[in-house]
Amino acid sequence: MTPIQTQEMRARRQPASALSRLIRNPVQLISAIILLGLFLVALRNVLPLNGAAEYQPDQFARQLIFGLAQGSIYALIALGYTLVYGILSMINFAHGEIFMAGAYMGFFAITAAQETGLLASDPVLALFITLLIGMLSSAVVAVLVERIAYRPLRNAPRLVPLITAIGASIALQQIFLRLFGASTRRYPDVGWFVLPNACPALGTQGLDDTGLCRGIDLIGGRYDVTVIGLELRILPIHFLVFALSLALMIALWLYVHRTKSGKAMRAVAEDRNTAALMGVNVDRVIVTTFILGGLLAGAGGVLYALYNQQVSPFIGFLPGIKAFTAAVLGGIGNIPGAMFGGLFLGVVETVAPSMLGLSSQLKDVIAFGLLVMVLIFRPQGIFGEVLSSKRG
Amino acid sequence: MSLLEVEHLHATYETIVALRDISFVVGQGEIVTLIGSNGAGKTTTLNTLCGLTPARSGSIRLAGERIEALPPHEIARRGVIQSPEGRKIFARLSVLENLEMGAFSRRDNRAVKRDLEDVLGRFPRLRERLHQPGGTLSGGEQQMLAIGRALMAKPRLLLLDEPSMGLAPIFVRDVFESLVALNKQGTTILLVEQNAHMALMIAHRAYVMQTGLITHSGDAKVLRKDPAIIRAYLGGA
Ligand SMILES: Nc1ncnc2c1ncn2[C@@H]1O[C@H](COP(=O)(O)OP(=O)(O)OP(=O)(O)O)[C@@H](O)[C@H]1O
Ligand SMILES: [Mg+2]
Repeated sequence: MTPIQTQEMRARRQPASALSRLIRNPVQLISAIILLGLFLVALRNVLPLNGAAEYQPDQFARQLIFGLAQGSIYALIALGYTLVYGILSMINFAHGEIFMAGAYMGFFAITAAQETGLLASDPVLALFITLLIGMLSSAVVAVLVERIAYRPLRNAPRLVPLITAIGASIALQQIFLRLFGASTRRYPDVGWFVLPNACPALGTQGLDDTGLCRGIDLIGGRYDVTVIGLELRILPIHFLVFALSLALMIALWLYVHRTKSGKAMRAVAEDRNTAALMGVNVDRVIVTTFILGGLLAGAGGVLYALYNQQVSPFIGFLPGIKAFTAAVLGGIGNIPGAMFGGLFLGVVETVAPSMLGLSSQLKDVIAFGLLVMVLIFRPQGIFGEVLSSKRG
Repeated sequence: MSLLEVEHLHATYETIVALRDISFVVGQGEIVTLIGSNGAGKTTTLNTLCGLTPARSGSIRLAGERIEALPPHEIARRGVIQSPEGRKIFARLSVLENLEMGAFSRRDNRAVKRDLEDVLGRFPRLRERLHQPGGTLSGGEQQMLAIGRALMAKPRLLLLDEPSMGLAPIFVRDVFESLVALNKQGTTILLVEQNAHMALMIAHRAYVMQTGLITHSGDAKVLRKDPAIIRAYLGGA
């Protein structure tokens, strides 16, 4: 081989290795994505596409808030995928339906609270009970799925539990369909009002049907306000969803890193047999994992239903695959990865369409396009490590 | 009654018969070694004792209680603790967390703390690396960690699968010396070793395995001088 040939080859390899070096580092990768986004915005504002209006900071801020709320729901669901994957190296494709079960049972709880008058007299308690029932229901469904569909196949080839997972997903959907019908049910209005002395500032926006102001409506309210020069439409529920999800994620982190059973869970995730040799009951850890995933998904389900105000047996599907996408984005099996992946996906799919001058109906295309890109360029996800080093 | 009594044990991997009719005992306070060439069934024996590989037939008694049908964590809770072949350190857990995992089934937190100090005293290297992920340790340090982790369980019966594997000779001596010291303090040890020479030096008794069978057994001092053993396992005439 002549020196010229080798030089040529080196030159050809250079850009590829620069790209791969870039995507090896999560921080650089994220900065690169953000820079790319900004570049596209700039480009779009210079060459306005099909007469679309310029992209405004207010719009960005509004969408960012919504994207974070939506993304925190994805994150809550994504954690369930990632926890189960970390322990069993399998994708629990019934997880979207586990989420749905929580939202649906939460519906029964909140309707009961409405009928008994608890919702009106003590909305905070009623919401707390709803959330709790949603979380517990999802956890119960998750444990049942593990017992019935996965445990008997623990040592089967990896394709087999994948198939039963899809079976479990369809079965759950059908069970809810048969039990409760296909119709969409509406979550009741809650009316959790805080800060009554904010009324003067709210003006007419704070008035209800009867012309009374009871304060800021945390669940159903929407307020047009101007903050540091930005015209925003604030839905307090978005902040509530974000804050609650964050609290649950912190609780999960503390459990995994600060408790003895969390340590056992990490040990089982690394090496099931060796953990068993230390006296860890592996089956119990696996059940705990499904319970945790279920609790988070159930909370996500209730929060999702609270701001969409509706449930049906089919609502698990799309958030389920979106959250799966988020888990893969962040690096499946990686807990911070799932949290970040969820928020990232929520923000990108809300912000990107209008930023790029596209129809917001394309947000799913963007979400799954992102998944495809990650699978091609960084299959281990943004925070994931290369598998061989994990098992090594 | 011996601490461990194994009778007519059979184990298979699907169609492969790995153990055929194994019987042996380990007395309280002994060091017993199990030697044999590659694939003889030593690791399988330890894993069957721990419940990781199911026993097809036969019995395993720990202080008289039958344990062959118990799940691995129940056996570990009864004090049968294995330091497995290839160390099997939890690579992402810190050194400290690895040691704490060793004490997983213990409830006597104060004694655990004392034993942690004891293990760190025995292996000072580990103290320097307490908060480092287990996977970043060198091979020898990982072996110390694996033994330390097993000690944290306060084992009644310590099973060691090739603790000298991959270690420099000077480390091997260290490890074996610490095993003798442990045994002097009352720990019963069943030691599987490739390094038959060293194993026979420190053991009281030995069993020799070949293709799933125990072919020789007896006093370690005697086996050390047995011409057949010397030829087959001690490398030389
Ligand atoms: N998981 C498995 N599946 C199938 N066969 C196995 C499995 N593990 C071990 N074997 C077989 O069982 C036999 C005994 O293996 P074992 O690991 O117990 O040997 P060993 O004496 O520990 O050998 P070494 O000194 O090489 O560690 C071997 O023939 C091996 O190929
Ligand atoms: Mg072996």
